[in-house]
Parts: sequence; C-alpha cells; structure tokens
Amino acid sequence: MIPEIGHFALTLALLLACVQVVLPLWGAARDRTAWMALGRPAAAGQALFVLVAFACLMWSFYANDFSVRYVVQHSNTALPWAYRLAAVWGGHEGSILLWLLILSGWTLAVALFSRHLEFGMLARILGIMGLISIGFLLFILFTSNPFDRLFPAALNGDDLNPQLQDPGLILHPPLLYMGYVGMAVPFGFAMAALLAGKLDAAWARWTRPWATVSWCFLTLGIALGSAWAYYELGWGGWWFWDPVENASLMPWLVGAALLHSLAVTEKRGTFKMWTVLLAIIAFSLSLLGTFLVRSGVLTSVHAFATDPKRGVFILLFLGIVVGGSLLLFALRAAQVGLGGRFATVSRESMLLGNNVLLMVAASAVLLGTLYPLLIDALGMGKLSVGPPYFNAVFVPLMAPALFLMGIGPIARWQRADAGGLARRLRWALAVSLAAALATPWLAGGWSAWTSFGYFLAFWIFASVAVNLGGRLAARPWREWWRVLRVQPGSYYGMLVAHVGMGVLVVGVTTVGSYEIERDVIMRPSETASAAGYVFRLDTISQRPGSNYIADRAVISVFRNEQRIAILTPERRIYTAAQSANPMTEASIDTGLTRDLYVALGDALEGGAWIVRIYVKPFVSWIWGGGILMALGGGLAVLDRRYRRRVAQADGCVAPVAAPPPPSYPDTGAAVPKRVETTA
Amino acid sequence: MKPRTKRSLMVLGGLASLGLASALVLDAFRSNLVFYFSPSEVAASAVPSGQRFRLGGVVEEGSLRREGQTLRVSFGVTDGARTVPVHYEGLLPDMFREGKGVVAQGVMDTGGVFVADQVLAKHDENYMPPEAAQALEDARLVANTEVSTAWTGGGGGTP
Repeated sequence: MIPEIGHFALTLALLLACVQVVLPLWGAARDRTAWMALGRPAAAGQALFVLVAFACLMWSFYANDFSVRYVVQHSNTALPWAYRLAAVWGGHEGSILLWLLILSGWTLAVALFSRHLEFGMLARILGIMGLISIGFLLFILFTSNPFDRLFPAALNGDDLNPQLQDPGLILHPPLLYMGYVGMAVPFGFAMAALLAGKLDAAWARWTRPWATVSWCFLTLGIALGSAWAYYELGWGGWWFWDPVENASLMPWLVGAALLHSLAVTEKRGTFKMWTVLLAIIAFSLSLLGTFLVRSGVLTSVHAFATDPKRGVFILLFLGIVVGGSLLLFALRAAQVGLGGRFATVSRESMLLGNNVLLMVAASAVLLGTLYPLLIDALGMGKLSVGPPYFNAVFVPLMAPALFLMGIGPIARWQRADAGGLARRLRWALAVSLAAALATPWLAGGWSAWTSFGYFLAFWIFASVAVNLGGRLAARPWREWWRVLRVQPGSYYGMLVAHVGMGVLVVGVTTVGSYEIERDVIMRPSETASAAGYVFRLDTISQRPGSNYIADRAVISVFRNEQRIAILTPERRIYTAAQSANPMTEASIDTGLTRDLYVALGDALEGGAWIVRIYVKPFVSWIWGGGILMALGGGLAVLDRRYRRRVAQADGCVAPVAAPPPPSYPDTGAAVPKRVETTA
Repeated sequence: MKPRTKRSLMVLGGLASLGLASALVLDAFRSNLVFYFSPSEVAASAVPSGQRFRLGGVVEEGSLRREGQTLRVSFGVTDGARTVPVHYEGLLPDMFREGKGVVAQGVMDTGGVFVADQVLAKHDENYMPPEAAQALEDARLVANTEVSTAWTGGGGGTP
C-alpha cells in the first residue's frame, strides 16, 4: 500500500508540475497576474507530493518491504537502519528521486524567498524550474520507477554494495546533488531574463546568492567524495581523474566562473551575456554529469543503470535543455545588452581572464572525459585518457588563474593603475617568492615544481594580507576594529574562499612532493619504518561486526621510541553478499600536518600479511581548503544587504516591483570613492 | 597608443593565448591516450611494441601465483580464445578474483609477458568492466563464426 501511495504522489506531482509550467509562463507572456500567481502554490504542492513519495520509499526501506524490487536490490535485513535509509539513494531509481526531491526543494525555496523579485520574473523562473521537474518526473515514471513491485516477494534483499556502507553515503550524494541541482536556480533566472528580455543589476544581485549557495554545496560534496575515496578505496589517493569526478568538477569550475562573472554584472553591469551563457553551461554540465554517471556509459562505482532506454531518455532531455536554452540565448541575447566598457588593466579584465582560464580548464576536462566515450560510440576502439593528461593540462591553466587571484581583488574596477598595483604587491611577491624557495629546502627535498606550488599558495596568502592591510592602513590603529566590523560579509567571504584555495594548493603540493608509500610483508611483532615513523604489527585476529566478519590488525606507530598512535586496519567480508569478496577498511591517524594511513592486503602463508603503509603530509589541508571555500561562500551569502532587503520585503504584501537598490557599503570596490584609494 | 591599435593588440593577444592553450591541451591529450587491447589482439601482434596499453579480459582460473612471500604475483588474462601472462608487483584490488573481469595497464616485455603497473577489477559481483566484456564477446564471435571478417577488431588502432 505504501509504495502505491508513493507512486500516486509522483503522478500528482507531475500534474502540479504541468500547472507550474503552463500557467505562470503563459500568464507572464500575457501579463495576467492571476495565472502568474499560481506558480507559487503549484511549486509548494509539487514539493509536498515529491516529499510524500520520497518518504514512502524511505519507509519501504526502513520496514524491509521486500515486495518492492528496488528495496530487494539495495537492502538487507542485516543492514543497520541508518544505512537502510541511506540506501534509498544507493541505486539508480532512488538517486534520481533524490535529485527530484532536491529540485522541488530548491523550487520551493525560490518561491518562498524571492518575494522581492518582480512578479513576472518569479513566475518565469518557477515555470522554467517546473519544466526541469517534468523532465525528471517523466524519467522516473516511465523508465526508473522505484516503487515497482516484485512478485512473489523476496525473503531477503541482495544487500547494499559494501563499498557504499559508510557514513559517506549518508552525506555525499545529498550534498553533491544540492550543488548539481542548485545550478538549476541560476539557470531558471537566466532563462527568465532571456524570456523577459531584461537583465539588470537587481537580477544579478538576486541570482548571486543562489549560485553561491549551490556552488558551496558542490564544493562540500566534491570534498567529501574525495575524502571518502581516500579512506574507503584503500589506495590513499584523493583524486583519480575518474570520469565521475570530472563530471562534478566541470560544473564546479563553470560555477566558479559564474560567481565571478555575476559579481561583475552586479557591480558594473558588464559581462551580461557571458553571465547568462555561464548559467546555461553550468546547469547543462550538471545534467551531463547526471547522464554520464547514471546512464551506465561509464566504468565506475557510481554507474548503476545499464538500461539503454534510460540513457537515451537522459540524452534526449539533455539535448532539449541545452539546445532549447542556447536557441533562446541566440534569439534574445542581443536584447540583454553588453554593458559598460573597461580598460585593459582593471578588475573586470582580470575577472575575464579568470573566467576564460576556468572555462578552458573545464573544456579540457570535458574533452578528456567525453573523447573515450565518443570513440567507443563510433566503434573506433576503446581507449582511456589517463591522469597524466589532466595533470599536464590542469596545472598550467590553473597556475595563472591562481596568480590573478592575488591581483584581481586589489585592482580597481573600470581602470586600474598597473604601476600602483605593482607597488602595492611588490612585498607580497618578494615574501612569497623567498618563502617558496626556502620551504621545500626546509622540508627536505627541493624541486622546481614543489617550489612553484608553494609560491602560488603563499602569493594568495600574502595578497589577502595586502588587501586587508590596505583597508586598515588609511586609519589609525584605534579605529581598526571598527573598520574591520563595517566590512561586508561578501568581502570576508571572498578572502576566506581565496585563502581556502591557497590551503588546498599547499595540501596538494605537499602530498604530491613528500608522500611516502610502502607495501610491506609483516608478521606479528615485526616492524617497518617510513619517514621516521616505525610501524609495528602487534596482533591480527578475527572479529565479528554488525553484518560482516573482519580480520583486524592492531598496528602501533612509534616516533622517537614513543608510541603515538594505534591503527586498526580491517579486511571485512560482508555476510549478506553472495560472494565472499573482502573489503579493505583502512585505518588513518589524521593530523594537521600529516596522516598515517595503513591498509591491510592479502594474507600469505605462515601468518604473514601484506600491509600498505602511507605517510601523507598535509593531506587534510586539501579538504580543509574545500571547507574554507564553502565557508567563504556562506559568508558572502550572509552579507547584510541580502538580509536587509528580505526584512524590507517581508513588510510588503504585494511585491510588484523591486524597490530601488539602497545604498549601503558593499565590497568597497563598486565605486572608486571608497577605501580603495590607499594605493 | 590609439584605441584601435590597442584593441587589435588585445584581440591578437587573446587569440595567441587561446591558441597556445589549445596546442598545450591537444599535445598533452595526444601523448596520454591509452588504448585497450584484448588477449586475442595481443596474440595477433596488433600492439605496437613498447606502447603502454590496457589489457582487458578475465583472470584465468587457477593461474594466480605468488612468488614466495613477496608482493610479486603473476596471473593469466584470457578472453576465452587466447591468454596473456601478466606480472604485477603490489596489492591486488579487493575485487580481484580468478574467473572474474579485470583490466590491467602496463607494457609487454620482450618475452611476451605483460608487465602491469596498475590492476583494476570490477566493482561488484555482477559488474564486468565493459572492456573485458567486449574482449570476451569478440573472442566468442571469432570462435563461433569462424569467419574472421565478422570480427571488426573493436579495440585496435593507433592514435
């Protein structure tokens, strides 16, 4: 009964989605307020019914309803209840339903928090987002219904893939999907602007927080996925240039370009067409990611579906969305206008440089990801594009972008003085160069690449310090606290996100240059050493877990004769799975400056075991950088100008048009009259 | 500088850097393509010597050997028709099993042994790497029809 309610709720959601598309879009075209007003309740209703469907599926998993095919395929009575619930998105059907749930959640959020938007604009945005909903609802109902019954019902389920039985499964997909699907909001805004033929600073102002929030979720999702792969796969790698990772990296890169382009559109009214195009590309890449991951064309842990009907459907949907939006762009972009002019040396030109670099990087990743699929589809053989390609391309493209990251925020809008910039940054340059040359030497192994990596990171840190210092230098130190307090959240957000990037670069450079990997054969009480740490295998024994049996080693780690950590890597055999495939469960001692990582391999004759030992300096900085970037985005969204406007709008009963933008201080760079003059 | 000269210079600079970026990308791309070959193709000497490639197939039953108590292992990769011996030093992936799909990356040595530096195995019980599946399918076609033209050699080629 419960699964049927879920199925029925999806059908009702489809009907409401149709209402949400047709009437508001029609009303916006004919200027009929009553029709436009239907968008909001329809979005709320749709969200409610999708939530009901999702709850039904969760219940079926919780209650072990093995008459539902999808539950049988992905659950088991021995599975702990938290994983049973997370198993809802452990397979194809459920993860598409999660995608839909998040889409309807974002739509509802737009409906609730956009009262300050012009009425017609909001109606158009809701209509466009409803269109995407219809696509996914049809996809679920016709090709991937999670509520399909199995007759006769199974006695027990096939179990969830053991690799997925991890807290990572509970968080990683929802976070990542929040980011992917969130890109639908800027897409809806862009489409609405094209339909209306109007794109002004207010539009950019209200698109920005949505783009920022979804980019933050995407950042967190990617960082978490990377950390999960690091500890779960037992290879100690944090990025594999796997097509699925690339699928999430591409919208991230384009999303980062979009954030910066939106800033220019808001502050200077420039880059309008470019911003719209980026919003279209970012969402298209999110859809492409879904297609790549869910259609079964890729060799990956993430590839669930093998039904060709599904692949064709997503490809068709992708074609309609990308083709339709680009067509609309071609027809209407001229009406949106280009915007103001700017000089060769200006903040605009540097942000343009950043945008171009990010887009070229995204294209290079796209080429490396799609080319093998294309060649395969054309029957020209099978090949793969290895990590060396991505490293060879990505590093030279990102290096200038990181260098610009130091200059751009200090340069003035419209026209900057190159000499003044050089004067302000000369100490930052000198200090970061000297530190970058010295650090690898102190760390025990100098190489040009290592030094270059550190230089980029230190350059970012130093320029952030110069930026902050520039705001304080004009005032006596007694007023510094006050100066710091009046700086807006978006300013701190930018600094924190940039520092996050620097932290990430430090992590990547250090791990890449100084990590130690050893595969050794050990018997109990034998030792092995790596990077000054001594690893001693104390015992190894069998131990039952909740739904598995594990061989568990106890390994003590010593440094300077002192025990600093006890690691317990396991090799698990999940009892519910039909086969007896072991799963490696690595044990990691995480620290601020190094991770000690031990994974257990095969058992050999005579009580010996293969043990893989890693010492990974600064590896946690990689994810720390990701968290800082997301935090920076969060600070930017909490900027008081958004809150103030919302507070005002709450008082309005009938928001007909947005009030004129109030004049509170913003990033200080909007007009050259602010603190910027210190140069 | 006149505005027009300046604009032309900017456009030229932009085009030059874009060209440079494309050249960089395409060059890196060309030198990093890794092709797949099946054991039958390896046996038919379709692989240029010294080239890194991926070998796809199934781990031959009863072929897995470990060299004493070391990390060195050897096994055969088969597509049903032909088998290629593989040497590898290191930890095998969790899902590595005899009779199951596998993809190994490395080079052929002069003695006809494939020296792998990376071994990938399937991700779950029912999953077969498409490359391995393709290799099996090709070999089956050759064996069944005995018309070698029925086999299109899906997997060969040079960049």
